[in-house]
Amino acid sequence: MTERKAALGLTPSQTVGPFYAYALTPRAYGGSELANERIATDGVSGERITIRGHVLDGDGEPVPDAMIEVWQADADGHHNAGGNAGFTGFGRAETSPEGFFHFETVRPGAVEGLTGTRQAPHLAVSVFARGLLLRLVTRIYFSDDPANASDAVLALVPHERRETLIAQRGPDGVFHFDIRLQGEGETVFFDV
Amino acid sequence: MSLIYPRDGLKAHPLNASPAYTSTLKRAPSQPLILLPHTLSEISGPAFGHSAVQAGDSDLTLQHEGEPLGERIIVTGRVLDEDGRPVPHTLVEIWQANAAGRYVHLRDQHPAPLDPNFTGAGRAMTDAEGRYRFVTIKPGAYPWRNHHNAWRPAHIHFSLFGPSFLSRVITQMYFPGDPLFAYDPIFQSIPDAKARERLISRFDIDTTEPEWALGYQFDIVLRGRDATPLEEPHDD
Repeated sequence: MTERKAALGLTPSQTVGPFYAYALTPRAYGGSELANERIATDGVSGERITIRGHVLDGDGEPVPDAMIEVWQADADGHHNAGGNAGFTGFGRAETSPEGFFHFETVRPGAVEGLTGTRQAPHLAVSVFARGLLLRLVTRIYFSDDPANASDAVLALVPHERRETLIAQRGPDGVFHFDIRLQGEGETVFFDV
Repeated sequence: MSLIYPRDGLKAHPLNASPAYTSTLKRAPSQPLILLPHTLSEISGPAFGHSAVQAGDSDLTLQHEGEPLGERIIVTGRVLDEDGRPVPHTLVEIWQANAAGRYVHLRDQHPAPLDPNFTGAGRAMTDAEGRYRFVTIKPGAYPWRNHHNAWRPAHIHFSLFGPSFLSRVITQMYFPGDPLFAYDPIFQSIPDAKARERLISRFDIDTTEPEWALGYQFDIVLRGRDATPLEEPHDD
């Protein structure tokens, strides 16, 4: 066995605050964007998908000052594939005054899981907002994927709450995924 | 794959359920978080190369025609992991209020003057030794509506990625000796006093440049991998 000898204390998290947009999602301010809601450009291979949703607080009110970041594998299930031009796997979006966000990307493939298993296709999600001192972490799965039934992470979640992690495909083909920070239908958040 | 990002350091973080900061009341989850074993999805993470950062992005005093008002400062430090190893070539994003305590953000209504020569957003990459450096203006304190006579201590927001999804953090850097620390529920949301102190930068005369700018050192420690990988299990 080995013993961990942490030399330094972690820098604590603090809220992103309400006034981050001009730096982190600066389109409305004419600033250059490091990343945005468009995760894959047109030339990237894979099924094109759109994910839309809103962020709601414990009263069901929209959260207009949240920032959502997603991190995903490409269509082949590989993260950060260097040769995949036009695809970084990283997206960042601010919520609108009505609490809406959306991402345009390619559907991720199945990713390597624990001890040789495969994970059902998913996106890793960070939620930042005024009033969140530490980001919240969740995942987006896809409602029409049979692999969900055998996913080891979904299996950790009580049955009645699993739906909160699954984006529902609407008649328009768009995947809908709301993030409820608190209360009825509260999204499952992970301790990572 | 072994779990290589230990969890013991996470107690440095604040809890989202911190009622003195009233914005947490309707936003902190009420259900317990579910422990997630780390998979490739968590131990990989976005990498941003130098192409994402333009020359001059790290000097917030040179982004406009004229010089911004206020006290010019240099903020520099190292990004390290919990085991003291530098985190090289990682993106550091900062944003802040101007010297009068006003953000350029469209929703900031604090009746203090905007500075036409200051936006307050910057980016830098750490070098091979994990060092970063910004030139900016010391931000002012400003009032907010959390409670009666609530004022935020002067601070600069920092956003970092590090090597993985697990090392991602957004935090705030404060300035030494600020009389507002004791009254600020955001700063005080960190339970451990030593962890709180790690958010306070250090005035440094060696970083200070004569006739030009005061210098502050602010080191940032990100989630670390275990220094010694776990041995592969084997049969005796």
